[in-house]
Amino acid sequence: MPKDNSIRSVLIIGSGPIIIGQACEFDYSGSQASRSLREEGIEVSLINSNPATIMTDPVTADHIYLKPLTPESIIEVLEERQIDAVLPTMGGQTALNLAIEAGKMGIWDKYNIRLIGVDLEAIELAENREAFREHAQKIGLKVAPSKIANSFLEGMEAAQNIGFPLVIRPSYTLGGYGGSFVHTKEEFEEALKRGLNASPTHEVLVEKAVLGWKEYELELLRDANDNVVIICTVENLDPMGIHTGDSITVAPAMTLADSTYQQMRNEGILLMRSMGNFAGGCNVQFSIDPVTEEIIVIEINPRVSRSSALASKATGYPIAKIAAKMAIGYTLDELKNQITKTTSAYFEPTLDYVIVKMPRWNFDKFKGSVNTLGLQMKSVGEVMAIGRNFLEALQKACQSQENNRMGLGADKKEWIRTDDILERLEKVGDDRIYRVKDALRLGVPVKSICNITKIDPWYIEQIKRLVDIEKELLRFNVAEDIPESLMRQLKTMGYSDAQIAWIMRIEEDQVRAHRKALGIRRTYKMVDTCAAEFEAKTPYFYSTFDNENESIPTDRKKIIVLGSGPNRIGQGIEFDYCCVHGLIALKEAGYEAIMINCNPETVSTDFDMADKLYFEPVFWEHIEEIIELEKPEGVIIQLGGQTALKLAEKFHEHGIKIFGTDFKNMDMAEDRGAFSDLLKEMDIPYPKYGVAETIEEALKIANEVGYPVLIRPSYVLGGQRMKIVINDHELERHVLSIFKHLPDNKVLIDQFLERAKEAEIDSICDGEDVHIMGIMEHIEPAGIHSGDSSAVLPTYSLSDQVIETMKDYTKRLALALKTKGLINIQFAIKDEKVYVIEANPRASRTTPFIAKAYQVPYLNIATKVMIGANKLKDFEMVNNLDGYAIKVPVFSFNKFPNVDKRLGPEMKSTGEAIRFIKDLNDPFFRELDRNRSLYLYQ
Amino acid sequence: MTEAFQHDAVLMLEDGSVFRGQAVGHKGISSGEICFNTGMTGYQEIFTDPSYFGQVMVTTHVHIGNYGTIDEDQQSEKVQIAGLICRDFNEEFSRKRADQSIQDYFDKQGIVGIEGIDTREIVRKIRDKGAMNCLISTSELDENLLAERLTETPNMEGLELASQVSTTEVYTLGNDDAAHKIAVLDLGTKRNILNCFVKRDCQVKVFPAKTSYADLAAWNPDGYFLSNGPGDPASMDYAIKTAQQLLEQDKPVFGICLGHQVIALALGMPTYKMHHGHRGINHPVKNLVTGKCEITSQNHGFCVEPEAIKAHDRVDITHINLNDDTIEGLALKDKPVFSVQYHPEAAPGPHDSRYLFDQFVDLLKSSKA
Repeated sequence: MPKDNSIRSVLIIGSGPIIIGQACEFDYSGSQASRSLREEGIEVSLINSNPATIMTDPVTADHIYLKPLTPESIIEVLEERQIDAVLPTMGGQTALNLAIEAGKMGIWDKYNIRLIGVDLEAIELAENREAFREHAQKIGLKVAPSKIANSFLEGMEAAQNIGFPLVIRPSYTLGGYGGSFVHTKEEFEEALKRGLNASPTHEVLVEKAVLGWKEYELELLRDANDNVVIICTVENLDPMGIHTGDSITVAPAMTLADSTYQQMRNEGILLMRSMGNFAGGCNVQFSIDPVTEEIIVIEINPRVSRSSALASKATGYPIAKIAAKMAIGYTLDELKNQITKTTSAYFEPTLDYVIVKMPRWNFDKFKGSVNTLGLQMKSVGEVMAIGRNFLEALQKACQSQENNRMGLGADKKEWIRTDDILERLEKVGDDRIYRVKDALRLGVPVKSICNITKIDPWYIEQIKRLVDIEKELLRFNVAEDIPESLMRQLKTMGYSDAQIAWIMRIEEDQVRAHRKALGIRRTYKMVDTCAAEFEAKTPYFYSTFDNENESIPTDRKKIIVLGSGPNRIGQGIEFDYCCVHGLIALKEAGYEAIMINCNPETVSTDFDMADKLYFEPVFWEHIEEIIELEKPEGVIIQLGGQTALKLAEKFHEHGIKIFGTDFKNMDMAEDRGAFSDLLKEMDIPYPKYGVAETIEEALKIANEVGYPVLIRPSYVLGGQRMKIVINDHELERHVLSIFKHLPDNKVLIDQFLERAKEAEIDSICDGEDVHIMGIMEHIEPAGIHSGDSSAVLPTYSLSDQVIETMKDYTKRLALALKTKGLINIQFAIKDEKVYVIEANPRASRTTPFIAKAYQVPYLNIATKVMIGANKLKDFEMVNNLDGYAIKVPVFSFNKFPNVDKRLGPEMKSTGEAIRFIKDLNDPFFRELDRNRSLYLYQ
Repeated sequence: MTEAFQHDAVLMLEDGSVFRGQAVGHKGISSGEICFNTGMTGYQEIFTDPSYFGQVMVTTHVHIGNYGTIDEDQQSEKVQIAGLICRDFNEEFSRKRADQSIQDYFDKQGIVGIEGIDTREIVRKIRDKGAMNCLISTSELDENLLAERLTETPNMEGLELASQVSTTEVYTLGNDDAAHKIAVLDLGTKRNILNCFVKRDCQVKVFPAKTSYADLAAWNPDGYFLSNGPGDPASMDYAIKTAQQLLEQDKPVFGICLGHQVIALALGMPTYKMHHGHRGINHPVKNLVTGKCEITSQNHGFCVEPEAIKAHDRVDITHINLNDDTIEGLALKDKPVFSVQYHPEAAPGPHDSRYLFDQFVDLLKSSKA
């Protein structure tokens, strides 16, 4: 069936603010779908309340509605625009729920809107666990024995009938919320209560736990002609028992024979075809008994999901793009493979590399949370790594994490006590994979580790190869002694130079020099969907140590944009938005735009955003090799948040040009001492402070400054380990903990301005002029991290004099720091006096928010200023905001049952929403204002 | 992968390029036409498929051997490929039901292999330059000697191989009281084809490749099947002759892969050697009769000439490949005869095309009625 020409205008529903379990993967899917539909000449309207997304940017859609995801907003859109159809499958469960609600209210019927790419009955069936179970059995598939319970009594009965261990799964919740494993009767009551409460319908499924079975996910696509293909098969390294979002996963499946795989494929296709009638993407989870190879189906998601984003990046097959085309009538055989451009889109990608996805957790942000993993997803982001073998991909994934790991172990974070390690293998935490290697290193047999962890022995045997080769390496004392064959082998197995150096207790530079002398360099291979069977046109690369290099640099002028790595608290989707705009601006300025990033959920890693994409860890060794190959004019590090910024010094040392503010000045802004000296010299007030290297110094400074004081380590992100303390005792405890966790760090002690107002300014400076993008006033008082504060644009209560002072300070500081590009300055205001708290010489969390609220392409302008292609006076920047815009933080506290909502200087929110209000009488604003101090804690 | 690189194996291609890697499997020298398979599962089924007889296999999936080997997955009684080129050969395996490791399996069967090769580079070479001969050596490493040895390897074009892999003895599978009897002309059949018939209540009697039509017909089957197999179909006069006689009688005839090509040749439509063939389990085929698509398992280096088939007044094109529009299936307008270029029996690969066996059994039923 060709395209349905009666669809001329489509509304796409986004997924709202980022929360755990629903992250920026839906920015990827929404953006891709929107671009895909516009390619077909369809007018796209988009609704989403999340301002940090690229999908809500004019580069993506024709009409953007930054509105709360409610039926009222939908009505507003439909009143304003002639919409033919709505596509609700690109915005996760949030969008689907909204579509269902609007459907029940008769909104779609009233406005004569078709729902495309979805079958509401199929959604209903997939979400209702009992109905789904019956359905699966009816079509001949096996499921785990289970019973539905709507009351405590029914739950207890079910447990008695099925026997332990059990899983409790609440109906209609997201990301496994409220679910748990229960091994004993004692645990059961509590878990059942929690489950019943978590479900909006107070319904849970009590199910036999198939702990330790292998876990798989299949990504399927179906068209209107009922053609189905499997885009990707993902094998969970962590077996059943850990939420797939919290599991390390591998593609393609490593331990499946064809006969078993084909049976699973058949069942997936059968299931998808049996679930209503819709054209689009779908994800099915299976579990396989490792002994008998019996297969059971776990669940189906008849929509684009987090795993679709991963599958798209893992295979190169743009699932959301194709799914959107199928929603408007195309069948797969009518479309081309987007990567080869010559072969059919109806095919199944094949991989000649290995993908490892590793979740990124942020347990340190949730005091009191338990870092054990289970049914409920707790990770805040993920990385994907590509290698030419499993170990290379696994170690690259570790290097991508940005938690100071140099790879899988062989760095200073190794554990050495067998008892501790064995305990951690049993109580699955976020560090299990590292502990597996530690255990092997200490001689624990492969078999024992398999028994404890239930991880497939193939993976354990692979990891054991690392332990074996490290022993071999220990025979050598200096880098120059490492023979070529061993060095090549180490690099092939994914070792970073830093790991090799650590094992031998030598310097990383020595390893690197010797390696380069041996001519052992990275080569780059293409991700092409077809294992090189057909020629591909897309410049999507990963590194390995194989023979042939396929990434041939062009003779164009190039600039590299460094991405922001995995999402975590304090570093989210907003930086991906900035990177995407950076790429577009570079292209417009005539450069070849090269992207380096490792986060599969992002738009910046779509193969058609940059001129060339390196899907690589944002890790020095990988970046350096790309720079040596590509020889770019320079790099842009202002857009990728702290991830990119903290590499500034390395670039500076290696003489690589940083576009925008230079390293010395960036360092001055980051270095509290130097920055305060600058402020003093410029006669700009700042809170009293001191820098301490010992406890004694800290106590002395705190007493001079006067309690309460704000304590933090220097050089951190998102207020990590920042705390307000009110007496000597608390100060001692916290300073000690900083020294313990962040050795070699200094402690900053600031006077805490109690009951002060906070405000911030984002601006662009071209070295001569400074443009104030926006001034935001925080509703919450000083003491709450700016990322956790509701920020109102423009200010609403500050006096003209204060505003003028802030502007004046911003302009003077931007020029004094020789800023080229973006700078964000944070202020505290007390008794009409303006203090500068900090300056961030980079894109901030709020830059996308201002660009959206004022409808000015600030990131595009900033990038062009940064690279010197334009001056500020070349642009006309007109603010289009009527009333106020509020940036509202969104939290995921409900994922951590024992954690309270307590806000302080350490950031905890996972996402944000934008809210437009006409005036200060708005009830939403008034509610925020009333509660402004409620959650302030230390 | 061995823990320290010993460059103890050589891969030499007909274009003169030489690669060094590590020896796996049996020690020795082996040569043949190089080809690659892009499947991510089913290595044992691939290695034991008689259609690969005489060919050296490059697997694009980077890890081989992960789940060991098991007798029931074999597609014939032994490994048929002449040698293996792979990236990472895994002796350690994980499958509770498996019999042995791929290393032991190869060693026992005398199969030579090389690992640590940039297989993607090789595939790109084959993609650009086309199929060519190659040689693997894990014993002799002198390149001059090996180069000479490589020149002695015969060219696949014009090579008749089916009779070398076909059964020498007639045998039957399935029950004597099965609903249908099918005479199979074994040009190198995969076990799973026979299984697919037996599962559909058929008894199959498998005859050597050079069996005459008269001997096949003497069993009085309900229909005939021409199997897959290796080599150049144009060199198989004997089978083409048998096929011509089969097409004159009225009982249903079904052909797969080489069998499909032989049927085409019997109808006067020529075959040609493809640039580098189709080998994998992800090939898109469209059924022109139903309009539905299927993902297919493929393994062929020759193909039926599309112009000849379009010009033929007795033949309909039933299936085409969506990647390159090559002919994937044909049917006679006037007789119960059809054939496909790909492998509906899968093993390895998707089961999307199993309906073709049902279609054949339906023909058997209706021709009896």
